[in-house]
Amino acid sequence: MADRKVDEETGVETTGHSWDGIEELNNPLPRWWLWTLYLTIIWGIGYTIAYPAWPMVSGATAGVMGWSTRENVANDIAAHDGQNANLVAALLEADMAALPENADLNRYAVARGGAVFRAQCSQCHGSGAAGAVGYPNLLDDDWLWGGEMEQIVYSVTHGIRNETDPDAHWSQMPAFGDIFTREETTATVEYLVSLASPEFDATLAEEGAVLFLDNCAACHGDAAMGDRAIGAPNLADAIWLYGGDRDTLAYSIENARFGVMPAWGQRLSDEDVRAVSAYVHALGGGE
Amino acid sequence: MAFLDKHAILEKSPTLLLTASLLVVTVGGIVEIAPLFWLENTIEDVEGVRPYSPLELTGRDIYIREGCYVCHSQMIRPMRDEVERYGHYSLAAESQYDHPHQWGSKRTGPDVARVGGRYSDAWHVDHLMDPQSVVPESIMPKYAFLADVKIDGEHIEALLSTHRFVGVPYTDEQIAQAQADFRIQADPEGDWDGLVERYPGAAVSNFDGQPELTEMDALIAYLQVLGTMVDFSTFTPDASR
Repeated sequence: MADRKVDEETGVETTGHSWDGIEELNNPLPRWWLWTLYLTIIWGIGYTIAYPAWPMVSGATAGVMGWSTRENVANDIAAHDGQNANLVAALLEADMAALPENADLNRYAVARGGAVFRAQCSQCHGSGAAGAVGYPNLLDDDWLWGGEMEQIVYSVTHGIRNETDPDAHWSQMPAFGDIFTREETTATVEYLVSLASPEFDATLAEEGAVLFLDNCAACHGDAAMGDRAIGAPNLADAIWLYGGDRDTLAYSIENARFGVMPAWGQRLSDEDVRAVSAYVHALGGGE
Repeated sequence: MAFLDKHAILEKSPTLLLTASLLVVTVGGIVEIAPLFWLENTIEDVEGVRPYSPLELTGRDIYIREGCYVCHSQMIRPMRDEVERYGHYSLAAESQYDHPHQWGSKRTGPDVARVGGRYSDAWHVDHLMDPQSVVPESIMPKYAFLADVKIDGEHIEALLSTHRFVGVPYTDEQIAQAQADFRIQADPEGDWDGLVERYPGAAVSNFDGQPELTEMDALIAYLQVLGTMVDFSTFTPDASR
């Protein structure tokens, strides 16, 4: 341009703008900055060639590097599975009942099962497996459906009283609110209290014992020790799933309980089911 | 650098600068947005994905109203740790009937994209009433009031119609039956064959265990369907996506 103005003080060209006599210097961009800008543009073009980027008529360009997020995650999982392939194969073939005797495999199964438990089971059974009201404590040896390794595997695989697995454990206590009078419920509760507590009303409990034998013993057993084949809880101990105070017992008798557990065989791999069973078995109550 | 000196022409004319800026933004917009409307690979066709049933859709509105999305995302990303913890990574098709979708990666609480069927209805009731009663370490607030708010599906046809307006393929029959479907899904004693025919795989249950239909029923119905529509035993991922 012909009419370039140069600032006398610095010798730098000005933009030609003037505000109240103040002029703006037109310093060029630093070379390193400009070249970095050009390089990022070139790099950007290369990137869109290498990776999926440009939308075309019916799909996007795939990129010459063959990048695939789905393939990557599949490969990543396969690589990690591959590292444990021998142990997983051994776990799948193992006789579960004898697993605790195989120290190496058992250690792997319990560690793997612990990870599965914390991700999948802890929400109901607690992160320490101590359970919550309505969700069994898995640390003790009081089992509803059996505490042998094979029984635990079955319970985990098929679940309890769910609608999704026809082989799920199933039993349903009738709601005695329709069958018992309030007095009969109170008497039965007193009998249950008498089984594990020294403080109870003897006459009422005696009345309740008769009612229990007539109505409850078929499932819970004559001695109220329960029946694992049908998931009937042992009522003679001090362990209560929903609470052992008189009010809660009366509620349980009148309304019945219907605890549901999902069929984890439908969500977890076979090795995960076996591993988490080994973990639960090793928590302390395994038989 | 004579060409580069020409920018003075643009900078000295506001009208020209505005016009040229608009032009640049338009080109960017066309390249980035327009293809999404006809690209066949934007959303792959996945078997099993269906519009939400009336009760599930109501539960979804409650989910959004209560801001559940502030802590819970519904997007399992394709990474090993997420897949191991939550299940198969989410597919775009699984939220194709979500308006708006609930994607995200901010997880104050766990991702719920596949929470459906993972816990019993009773657990959801216990957990929503008092989260700490089942997960002592949880920081989730209590939502016990949901069990006290009765709902009657007053505007359910309008809700379905609105979703149809924005592209969810609800049929005339589904909209006509919306009120009946809304009620029957929480009534396992009733005749819910029609509901399950219209919405395959819909869970029918008295979700909250109470005789009345409440917001708790709707929310649990919604939670129990999340991530359950696609059968991943028959799904083969297309690696190019």
